[in-house]
Amino acid sequence: MSIQATSIVKRFGDFVALDDVDLSVESGRLTALLGPSGGGKSTLLRIIGGLERADSGSVRIAGEDTAGVPAQRRNVGFVFQHYAAFKHLSVYRNVAFGLEIRKRPKAEVRKRVFELLELVHLEQFADRLPSQLSGGQRQRMALARALAVEPKVLLLDEPFGALDANVRKELRDWLRRLHDEMHVTTVFVTHDQEEALEVSDEIVIINQGRIEQVGSPDELYDKPDNDFVMSFLGPVTKLGDRLIRPHDLEIFTEHVDDGIAAEVTRVQRAGFQVRADFRVEGSEPWAQLTRGQADALNLRPGSRVWVRPSR
Amino acid sequence: MCSSVRSRAVVSVSRRAKYGLRAIALTYVFVLVVIPMGVITTRTLRQGLGAFWDAISSPQAVSAFRLTATVTVWAVVLNTIFGVGVAILLTRYRFPGKRLMSALIDIPIAISPIVVGLALVLVYGPYNGWFGKSLHSAGFEVIYAVPGMVLATVFVSLPLVLREVAPVLEEEGLDQEQAARVLGASAWQRFRRITIPTIKWALSYGIVLSIARSIGEFGAIKVVSGDISGTGQTQTATLLVDERIEQLEPGAYQVSMVLIAVAVLAIILVSLIRPKEHS
Repeated sequence: MSIQATSIVKRFGDFVALDDVDLSVESGRLTALLGPSGGGKSTLLRIIGGLERADSGSVRIAGEDTAGVPAQRRNVGFVFQHYAAFKHLSVYRNVAFGLEIRKRPKAEVRKRVFELLELVHLEQFADRLPSQLSGGQRQRMALARALAVEPKVLLLDEPFGALDANVRKELRDWLRRLHDEMHVTTVFVTHDQEEALEVSDEIVIINQGRIEQVGSPDELYDKPDNDFVMSFLGPVTKLGDRLIRPHDLEIFTEHVDDGIAAEVTRVQRAGFQVRADFRVEGSEPWAQLTRGQADALNLRPGSRVWVRPSR
Repeated sequence: MCSSVRSRAVVSVSRRAKYGLRAIALTYVFVLVVIPMGVITTRTLRQGLGAFWDAISSPQAVSAFRLTATVTVWAVVLNTIFGVGVAILLTRYRFPGKRLMSALIDIPIAISPIVVGLALVLVYGPYNGWFGKSLHSAGFEVIYAVPGMVLATVFVSLPLVLREVAPVLEEEGLDQEQAARVLGASAWQRFRRITIPTIKWALSYGIVLSIARSIGEFGAIKVVSGDISGTGQTQTATLLVDERIEQLEPGAYQVSMVLIAVAVLAIILVSLIRPKEHS
């Protein structure tokens, strides 16, 4: 189901958290709201979920205006950064919570809860308390809990923010696969560009209460609208006054047209990749090369080379 | 080498200090608590079980215990409702005057109970109190009656439930309640299914403290009750103990013993509750 947010304004005292924001999410997509902390992305998500009220503007979920509809009647799934597990309830009762509130028959609840626990690989933990689970397991439980009520849309607020790097990566892949199976419209907030690039169909870059750009990960990476988007999404380096991607810097050992003379200041290998730093007039760019490229060029600190942007 | 020698020296000094502190603390508790309690217990027991039963089962004693129980139940119920309500208000909402309100709630525990009693008489007294006169002419007695005694007891134990519950609500934050809300729970369902289980142990502890405080209240009760002795009057158990001591009548130890037993029971309850808080 689609989400349309129109002209959303939200202030906290003098601070403008959202400044006339329009957002449109197509049905069945996995969309990332990406941006630096304090940029307004969580606030926008909470307004969509009904946990925060916008000062002005409107939100439509599946075409229906949500004005005056409190969070408990929006039928959205919400996953919080710190899991928000019901500490006094077992994993089973946590997942069953929304269904019990809706007074579904016990047998139906049981069937649905075990389906979901299987989906999130927690079926053997049904009787445990959340405190007996790891962070990653808790977040999977929270996701099952949110999905149990068959929400119109699934909203995730920095869902992997509190987890270790390894677990984070694993859950990220797992969320992508889950989404491909379930096709529920999903919006997730993150400040991790790698996470957004890897998982989402579409990325919305939010900064200082405004949307900077919306597009597929490739569009944003290859055709950023402005320097902010370019530098926020992926590595950048400066050649003269221009921002470019470090892997878009070509290096030659002999003079070429449009090439800029440079001196190698440092060559550093990290696995398969090599990072080379240069000094040119007015800036100190760096380039990302494969090991083969670096060997072929025979780069050493002090070497004279010519550099040229490839795009 | 040098550092290991020094660290051993530190350990031995700190061990000596540890035993020293332990001895001081034990002596302190012994002199202040154990000896006086022990004296009351032995005096009660020395007079025999028959005397014990007579002292606590006389019509006057039964009436006093009953009145203490009535006042305590009312005060604890009121303080529980008020304590949980205000704890939610203070931790979940922002409003002007919040800090002032928080400070005002702690005042009753700082003020001498006898002053509290006097203040209540000045406000609710039947002859020259502020509202007391109109309440009296409407046929509703506050001072020298049970409502005033409940009022005084509520006043002196006002923050006990609140101060136990509020930190737990603060620490748990809003996440669980918001999660329940998005899952479709109404305000009442959130309160019953999330808030109450979250504060369960803190609330029990607060209630036990309120019970103990209410049973033992003397000063404020003495002023507002008028201490009218005899069945059906306004004499609570603590006032009865006071009367029997003043008049050199027998039975003060035995009644005190019952009050001590209830307090000890409350403390045992608390110690059963406390460890569960951390599990």
